[in-house]
Amino acid sequence: MSAIFKDHEADRKVDVRWWSSRVAIYGALILWAFICLFPIYWTLTTSFKLAPDVMKGNMIPWVDYTPKWKGWESLGLSPRLIGEVSTVREEFMKRFWNSTIVALSASTLAVVLGSLAAYGLSRFNYRFGFMRNSDISFFFLSQMILPPVVLALPFLVLYKSLALLDSRIGLILLYTLMVLPIVIWIMRDQFQGIPTELEEAALVDGLGIWGAFLQIVLPIALPGMVAAFILSLVLCWNEYFFAALLTATDAKTLPVMVASQTGSQGINWWSMAALSSAAIMPLVVVAIFLEKYIIKGMAAGAVK
Amino acid sequence: MSEGDLLHTVTADNISDGRRRLGKAMVWGSAGLVAILGLWQMLHETGRVSGGFETWRPVLYAYLLWATALCWSQVIVRGEMGKRTLFVLPAALFVISLVVFPLLFALYISFTDWNLASAAGPQPNGWDNIRQMWSDAFYWNALKNMVYYVVAVSVEYMIAFGLALLLNAQIRARKFFRVVFLLPLMLSPVAVSWMVGKSMMEIRFGPLARLAREIGIDNPSFFGSPEMARFMIMAMDAWTFIPFMMIMLLAGLQALPREIIEASKVDGATGWQSFKEVIFPLMLPVSVTAIVIRIIFKLKLADIIINVTSGGPGGATDSVTSFIFREYRDRSNVGYGTLLAIVYLVLIVIFITALLKLVSRYMERPA
Repeated sequence: MSAIFKDHEADRKVDVRWWSSRVAIYGALILWAFICLFPIYWTLTTSFKLAPDVMKGNMIPWVDYTPKWKGWESLGLSPRLIGEVSTVREEFMKRFWNSTIVALSASTLAVVLGSLAAYGLSRFNYRFGFMRNSDISFFFLSQMILPPVVLALPFLVLYKSLALLDSRIGLILLYTLMVLPIVIWIMRDQFQGIPTELEEAALVDGLGIWGAFLQIVLPIALPGMVAAFILSLVLCWNEYFFAALLTATDAKTLPVMVASQTGSQGINWWSMAALSSAAIMPLVVVAIFLEKYIIKGMAAGAVK
Repeated sequence: MSEGDLLHTVTADNISDGRRRLGKAMVWGSAGLVAILGLWQMLHETGRVSGGFETWRPVLYAYLLWATALCWSQVIVRGEMGKRTLFVLPAALFVISLVVFPLLFALYISFTDWNLASAAGPQPNGWDNIRQMWSDAFYWNALKNMVYYVVAVSVEYMIAFGLALLLNAQIRARKFFRVVFLLPLMLSPVAVSWMVGKSMMEIRFGPLARLAREIGIDNPSFFGSPEMARFMIMAMDAWTFIPFMMIMLLAGLQALPREIIEASKVDGATGWQSFKEVIFPLMLPVSVTAIVIRIIFKLKLADIIINVTSGGPGGATDSVTSFIFREYRDRSNVGYGTLLAIVYLVLIVIFITALLKLVSRYMERPA
């Protein structure tokens, strides 16, 4: 049957158009995927290159050049050195650990504070002085436009007098402040989507407002909280500005370590590549496995 | 947002006078402790009292005690009503103590001649800093650059919209492409500035330089001329942040009512027509929200500039933040740098307020 219809000149033209649009779409997709992936691929492969390989511009491992562990050895992370004591590795692990602790605690703190505030604002009617609910929401969200550079110096002085300079706690507090508006933005959206009838039923059954919140609402809002948490984690892990100004030796985070390597001597390609790869790997893994939550978090502000 | 309790609770609290007094006593007692410790420490630092603490830490602990007492007393004094306040109060206290006090302090420093390198502490110097700012060509140049950087958001928006449309089309391996397109957002700007700015754009061996030579540009230089350098910074920043807008727009596209688009197709609209007449107008709220948020993030742009060009050549790529960063770092010029930051904050607040006034009726949810 179909042959009868497809035979016609006009129908074939449609076929060609359909195919050309397919080709265009996939062409564009693959081109952009290449643009996204190539820098990551380049960094990963460069970490296994030696100087001549870099200079010759070899691209494909095992074809153009044989991968060597030299770059990772400079971090003490190659198979040969992994069993031995290595000061470079200790240094790296310390920075890595700092970044992990700071990012995890700041995100946790922000999600706890932010969820509570967002829940309160979405359910009750407050009046602090002249401020009503919409003013309080605006107060929280307006922190987003505060440029970090305004706070940097007062904090430098404040932390100095509080002996919090170059400490993880100082960074955690600042990072929490930085991501709190975003968490409130996401969580307010989440809580507004949960019908109040659920809590009313819980209240009738004898729970208090906090009991209803903790036992009924929180489990429902958990995916939203995870989304907010991961988004905060990404922002905190990558933060450079405050870390560069407020830490010196003890609490230095990974981005500061990466940045401090580029400046000094001529660039040591393989070790820089290894360091950068190690710094971006955790979040690349997070992106691959928890992509759903990241997208959910970012979509929260866009769509009701 | 409605101004009424969504969740009604009926409470019959019977709060005795003694309990009320206890709550008040807790707050005022701990506040007194903060005041006494603060005053003592101040006197100690200025040398009027010999005995004192090494740092201001004890005052911080007293402050934390006061904050806890304030939260607790809400429940003691106001019962069930206080338990509601407890939802918002911790976050509000946190933000106020970490933003409002430092901002006031910053306002004070910005009118002093404080330089960390000099032994003397801050001395108020009136309007000198403002006069210096007025004739500081580099600061105005950095502000001008910020205008360029913000305008670049429009190009990012177009690319992001295109990618969102692609991802929303009938394609295979959608999840794969979504993850891949998301990846650049996960990378830290510092790592990006090495991976792209310093290594891929390296003039001798970088793959981009090789590519440029293949095309026929003999002496590729990515950060030589001011325009080129600025463009490269824009490109790197766009590369990391396009996924952000793309995801928001994609979420908007997926929430569009399918019937309307199908109806336009039935009515004989071509792809371009249905985009122009149907999809784009429907997407306007999401687009405006995404652009506003992106601009807010753009105004903080600094990490890539600090690490790749440190403002060069000749300040052509400087953003305000990176300029002030060097003012702190290299010249320890604390008073002047803080004034610049405060002026920048004022400009941002004016700009964002005007922007929101202008576009908030298009926005999904007016902020």
